[in-house]
Amino acid sequence: MNETITTATDTNTQNEAAEETTERGSLRWSTVLVWGGVIALLALFGWGLLNANEGRPEEGTVAPDFEMQFFDGYQWKDLENASLEDMQGQVVVLNFWASWCVECRVEADLLESTWRQYRDQGVVFLGVAYVDSEQKSLAYLEEFGITYPNAPDLGSEISNEYKITGVPETFFIGKDGQVSDFVLGPVNATMLQNEIQTLLAQ
Amino acid sequence: MKKPTLYLFLLLSLLLALPAVAQEPVTDDEVNAVARDLYCPVCENTPLDVCPTQACQDWRDEIRMQLAQGKSEEEIQQYFVERYGPRVLAEPPREGFNQIVWLLPIAGVVIGAVLFGLYLNNLRKEGVDETGEVAQSTAPVPPPAADEDEYISRVEKELRE
Repeated sequence: MNETITTATDTNTQNEAAEETTERGSLRWSTVLVWGGVIALLALFGWGLLNANEGRPEEGTVAPDFEMQFFDGYQWKDLENASLEDMQGQVVVLNFWASWCVECRVEADLLESTWRQYRDQGVVFLGVAYVDSEQKSLAYLEEFGITYPNAPDLGSEISNEYKITGVPETFFIGKDGQVSDFVLGPVNATMLQNEIQTLLAQ
Repeated sequence: MKKPTLYLFLLLSLLLALPAVAQEPVTDDEVNAVARDLYCPVCENTPLDVCPTQACQDWRDEIRMQLAQGKSEEEIQQYFVERYGPRVLAEPPREGFNQIVWLLPIAGVVIGAVLFGLYLNNLRKEGVDETGEVAQSTAPVPPPAADEDEYISRVEKELRE
């Protein structure tokens, strides 16, 4: 009789211990789950912040490569598509603009006249129409008699690569494919001439 | 009028009337119905239907033109995504890494519910025994310290007096 009671008590104790172990196990797992989730979320936000704070290409760094699908009549060397890499060995003046941008109109004539001056000296001017409809872009190019290669920023990929914050913005890229300078807002004749002369001399 | 001539006349009238029906002007409401689900990257956080900038006005003109060409809302959205990137959409596309935006809240609710359930279960087991009575704490109550015991005796004695 005593043995039976002892056995029953033992079984109860074992059951309780097993239950307690299961509870502890589930609690431990839930703690791991919560902390895992918190760490994953923090990592995600950190990654997002790092990406958001990544600035535009700095001077002396390699200019991000991109592919352009030129507007009809505004090709480079009669090619419909070209990448920045194809232009390596030449000085590149990369200008972001839009037909709705008032400041872009200030520099439009200057860009065109400077392009005409340097087009046969190993200088390429590239216009990238930012957040602009094709119809309006073409009307703008015609209005200012622009002849240098121009393309829409399809998928906003080029502006994303260069982290532009508005238009106009101009990047000067050397023969070695590195960014040499950047201008926020309209360029003026002096800075344009100086930048191109310096890059041609390198 | 003879019958064949009449049919020919009716057919010609119908053909002449078709372009007039097709060129029915697109209303602002129709344009805005498409525009409200799009965001221009220049003016972030402002839906296209209420954005006052020239860039957004140009986009609305583009929508109007495409609606007039008979394009559907989906086709117009697709055009804008191809041209300006997926960030123009009010709702990120449910594919790739973007799926996390949709899955995270659901996962959060499910995990929260499981944890809350575990917590309640734990509380129930700790607080109530099988007979429904509040269980005593399993930890033994430490005996009062000797000086504390003496102090209590004195207080009780004075209270009796």
